[in-house]
Amino acid sequence: MGEIVLSKVMKSFGGVEIIKGIDLTIADGEFVVFVGPSGCGKSTLLRLIAGLEDVTSGTIAIDGRDATDLPPAKRGLAMVFQSYALYPHMSVRKNIAFPLRMAGLPAAEQQRKVEAAAKILNLTPYLERRPGQLSGGQRQRVAIGRAIVREPAAFLFDEPLSNLDAALRVSMRQEISELHQSLKTTMIYVTHDQVEAMTMADKIVVLNAGRIEQVGSPLDLYRSPANLFVAGFIGSPKMNFVEGAEAAKNGAHTLGIRPEHIDVTADGPWSGTVGICEHLGSDTFLKVEVAGVGTINVRAGGEVPLHHGDPIRLTPQPDKFHRFDSAGQAA
Amino acid sequence: MAREATKGRKAVTTLVAWGIGLVIFFPILWTVLTSFKTEVEAVNPHPSFLFFDWTFENYRTVNERSDYFVHFANSSAIALGSTLLGLIIAIPAAWSMAFVPGKRTKDLLMWMLSTKMMPAVGVLVPIYMLARDSGLLDTRTGLIIVLTLVNLPIIVWMLYTYFKEIPGEILEAARMDGATLSSEILYVLTPMAVPGIASTLLLNIILAWNESFWTLNLTAANAAPLTAFIASYSSPEGLFYAKLSAASTMAIAPILILGWFSQKQLVRGLTFGAVK
Repeated sequence: MGEIVLSKVMKSFGGVEIIKGIDLTIADGEFVVFVGPSGCGKSTLLRLIAGLEDVTSGTIAIDGRDATDLPPAKRGLAMVFQSYALYPHMSVRKNIAFPLRMAGLPAAEQQRKVEAAAKILNLTPYLERRPGQLSGGQRQRVAIGRAIVREPAAFLFDEPLSNLDAALRVSMRQEISELHQSLKTTMIYVTHDQVEAMTMADKIVVLNAGRIEQVGSPLDLYRSPANLFVAGFIGSPKMNFVEGAEAAKNGAHTLGIRPEHIDVTADGPWSGTVGICEHLGSDTFLKVEVAGVGTINVRAGGEVPLHHGDPIRLTPQPDKFHRFDSAGQAA
Repeated sequence: MAREATKGRKAVTTLVAWGIGLVIFFPILWTVLTSFKTEVEAVNPHPSFLFFDWTFENYRTVNERSDYFVHFANSSAIALGSTLLGLIIAIPAAWSMAFVPGKRTKDLLMWMLSTKMMPAVGVLVPIYMLARDSGLLDTRTGLIIVLTLVNLPIIVWMLYTYFKEIPGEILEAARMDGATLSSEILYVLTPMAVPGIASTLLLNIILAWNESFWTLNLTAANAAPLTAFIASYSSPEGLFYAKLSAASTMAIAPILILGWFSQKQLVRGLTFGAVK
């Protein structure tokens, strides 16, 4: 069981408020991703839940029990760090067994659990090696193995994939998702990568400057962002923001249109010139200078025969418009 | 661009380095050579460097007159005892300074180091009286306590610089894994810091072995280490250079041998952290 409830959690470091009053309920078995730009407090929030930092005020309850003042070891949570944080002087076997050894489990029981975890994570051939003799992906799997043997109430991941190369990141992402499906344990995952957030999360928590901007499922956030920050943060390429006459015509202070919701047409209302044209094969990303509107990002189809300097006409899809008021809130 | 090391420059540098090395080492070499001379040869105003009648007579005499092994045992007990006691105190101290520093940690470290700048003789009388009143005068225990305190600042500093190099996340991982403070230090921090602890241990053994101010002033016979053994051959016996040299050679031999075999570890320890 792993329901985690944060109420009015605040954290200051030397008079500077980093976390400014967070209320959040994470249901048992949920995969929650904290996402936000660097410095938004997402890692600090995770460390507060872990107990590695003390809250300045507010409470943290785990499984209905107040855990605000409990030390990390007593919270029943397991954490996977960005730097893996393996014990360099211990073999993989001893690394994974360490939490069990600390819990005072009998040696035979420890070995049985280590072998089982190693099997799930394909680490069996490497059990006798030291962390220094493993690749980045294997080290990350050892770190995950060390977390799963404890059968924790929840897993905490602090940007676990950011030290891996792009290809490995994609496969580890899927491994962690599969792990969540098989274990069905609460997972809290911190990342600045919105693709990781969108692909893995049941629920995304978008943080900015120590506050929650919006909480919702990935598609909720994509379809109806609550404000300009979330609208700009979720989605790739970034949403276009149009102000001025074009926005006023559509009844908004700022008009948001996603690049994939703009069609290249022969007789569209927006006419412009192609600036940058990125052909990816499956998609074509265009940067278009539209007269009277500004620079607009467009996601066109697979093989579009356009190049730098070509004239172009665009049709935005009016039913996909996002309207924001002058305070930046969704109208 | 790599600096061009011409052959000539290299030769000159090597020569200068050897020259400086020999000047530093010469007194020790002279002592060792003198210990094999007769007393008459030792005070010869025109000393010969290698071509004299080599004799072991001095070593025989020194061993007959005083018990080398008693002093050796005292030196070993004091050096090892003060080093181990120092480490037991310094490891937790350095841990807290490195991983949970407070506002005044830097000041505290500087203050500890500043105590090494004070002349020891300034506190000789109070420490002598304390040792006398507590019955620790001329005991190994007394010297172990005093030398532990004398060298503690250096041990704490060395360990502190070592511990600073260990990523804090690993200790946090241990905390998440359910390790208590003592098991975190015992199973995670200490094994990772073994090279640092080893060089601290070696350096401190050398410092404690060579310490002569407190060992001479706080001992008489029972706990007298090798420093007192050498000193006993200086004034009261008159000017017996050869015997004094033999005693000195015997006193410094163990630590020289230890230093020789551990020099790599020592250099690594003293320069650790200079470059990543």
